[in-house]
Amino acid sequence: MEHISRLERAIRGILLTLIMVFFLFPIFWIFLMSFQTNEDILRIPPSLLFSPTLSNYQALITGKLVSAAGTLDIAFMGNLWNSVLLSTVSVAVALVLGVPAAYAFARFKFPLSEDIAFTLLSFRFAPPLLVLLPLSLYYQQIGLTDTYVGLIWVYQLIALPLILWIVRGYFEDISPDIESAYRIAGHSWWRTFTRIAVPLAGPGIAAAGLLAFIFCWNNFVFALVLASADKQPVTVGSLAFVTASGIQYGQIAAAIVLSITPTLAIALYAQRYLVEGLSLGAVKG
Amino acid sequence: MSQISIDQIYKSFKTEAVLKGVSLSAEQGEIVVIFGPSGTGKTVLLRIIVGMEDPDAGTVRLRGKDMTEAAPETRGIGMAFQNFALFPHMSAYDNIASALTAKHTNATEIQDRVEKIAKLLKISHVLQQTPRELSNGQKQRTALARALVGDPRILLLDDPLRNVDAKLRYEMRLELPTLLKAAGSTVLYVTQDYKEAMALGDKIAVLLDGQFVQTATPAQIYLEPATLGVARLFGDPTLNVVAATPQMQGGALSFAFGGTSVSLPLSFAHSAGKSCSIGIRPEAVMVEDHRAEGSFPVEIVAVTPLNEKTVLLLRTPDGTELLAAEPGNEETSRRHGMAYARFNRDALLLFDAASGLRIAAQQS
Repeated sequence: MEHISRLERAIRGILLTLIMVFFLFPIFWIFLMSFQTNEDILRIPPSLLFSPTLSNYQALITGKLVSAAGTLDIAFMGNLWNSVLLSTVSVAVALVLGVPAAYAFARFKFPLSEDIAFTLLSFRFAPPLLVLLPLSLYYQQIGLTDTYVGLIWVYQLIALPLILWIVRGYFEDISPDIESAYRIAGHSWWRTFTRIAVPLAGPGIAAAGLLAFIFCWNNFVFALVLASADKQPVTVGSLAFVTASGIQYGQIAAAIVLSITPTLAIALYAQRYLVEGLSLGAVKG
Repeated sequence: MSQISIDQIYKSFKTEAVLKGVSLSAEQGEIVVIFGPSGTGKTVLLRIIVGMEDPDAGTVRLRGKDMTEAAPETRGIGMAFQNFALFPHMSAYDNIASALTAKHTNATEIQDRVEKIAKLLKISHVLQQTPRELSNGQKQRTALARALVGDPRILLLDDPLRNVDAKLRYEMRLELPTLLKAAGSTVLYVTQDYKEAMALGDKIAVLLDGQFVQTATPAQIYLEPATLGVARLFGDPTLNVVAATPQMQGGALSFAFGGTSVSLPLSFAHSAGKSCSIGIRPEAVMVEDHRAEGSFPVEIVAVTPLNEKTVLLLRTPDGTELLAAEPGNEETSRRHGMAYARFNRDALLLFDAASGLRIAAQQS
């Protein structure tokens, strides 16, 4: 299979370009939109030539949305901060809980271990709407609605199963003899876990953490139902741009650019770990 | 007081019984080789002794204390693994030092001891490298150094020479006995190489089908194997086995072989009429050009040099094949063709055909 014909290469190139355009053009267009006024955006036919403006970013950062109907307060920077806070703390909590649990599932065979692990995984593929109604009722009763703690808790449904299952595969790939050797050398179970197992599963833990961060960041429906304006992340906060006097496309675009930048930056930086981590963890042996 | 004393260990995995009542003891400074073909549970036994695996039944006593339930880190054992089990994210130095950091906090003492053992094992120059950068031989030495550096009273070596090349294995086989004796530890050494077992062991315990069939000195194992199975495992080329029933006739004991009758020492008189397997070591087969007392005609079919020996494949007129071994490597002195062979009567081993147990010669 060393030799690839010219035709094959050409077809491959065209297909790759098509896919790139399909996925990247919207992002590119939104990037352009974020520097345009609503009038420029809604002009038909659309044009690549416009006089760029920073007014959209200015509005977001100052929190004052000036529209035809008057000035409107928006809490976009607050929302962005909420997203950072919720995602970071959720992933941190999920790592603290999930990594030891993943180790337990990988190393110890205890009654019902597979069933428990599978139940945790099922949180990932159960539709969130299924649990949302009972959850919001419970939250109202115990006073967790519209709190960071409540949101971080519910975000564990997203982050914990991911971390658990990816990291578990990593722990299973470490030869048990390596850990045994460390224990025989006189080190306790906990030291072996922290000094041998965790460093060796490091890339997998990093990959799982990043993926969980992105999933938490992108979450919409939990925060929509369980949080009010001052606790909402950007995903929900962007709804504020749909105002009575029209949709503020320019601000939405700027908001999107600002909100995808952190995840995009992290994903690009960690791309190597992500690919390596996910494929290594999945294939055993 | 035995340093290691294990009693009636049983262990099954799922439905398969791996160890069926295994007992063994080793004294201070003794090297006991646990020998057996692969899959007989040698490694499982070591894992039970070191505490990585719990036995289904039985006790493990170390230095006189019952340690059956104790955690591995409390047992005070050094161990080297067949696959080395080095910590890939640490340098060779840290790998070796890991055996000391749990007990010794003094950094200079740790450094002294690591450097001393590294010098002894000739790996001083690679201490700062990670396992990935080490050759197989260096990895193996690092693993040994890690096991030895803490001066453990008890040392378990799980086939440490299995994964190194032949040259290094030979070198280490020469070095190890001195090294282990100098350490003064009680050593359990697992191997499936009978030469290694004979070279290293003060005592060899032969593990077959989940049980020790014989525990004895290397010489005893070779000259007086407890069963046919043990006899087959020791020796290269392997033992010739002939099914025969010794007969007593006119005050002489003999068995039929290759169309003739081969005489047996009278000390085996009690075997007369029993169905036996007769084991003949290739060294006990003498091949000559001329007919002699008790010899029978054979055809030399193949001549193969093997180390310091020459192995001859013989065929008797009735088609039975037989291996003979002669010291020296003089291929030219042996031509293919007809010759006469006879057995060294005193070196014949008799086994009960049904049970496989050796029938000992009776002192008259």
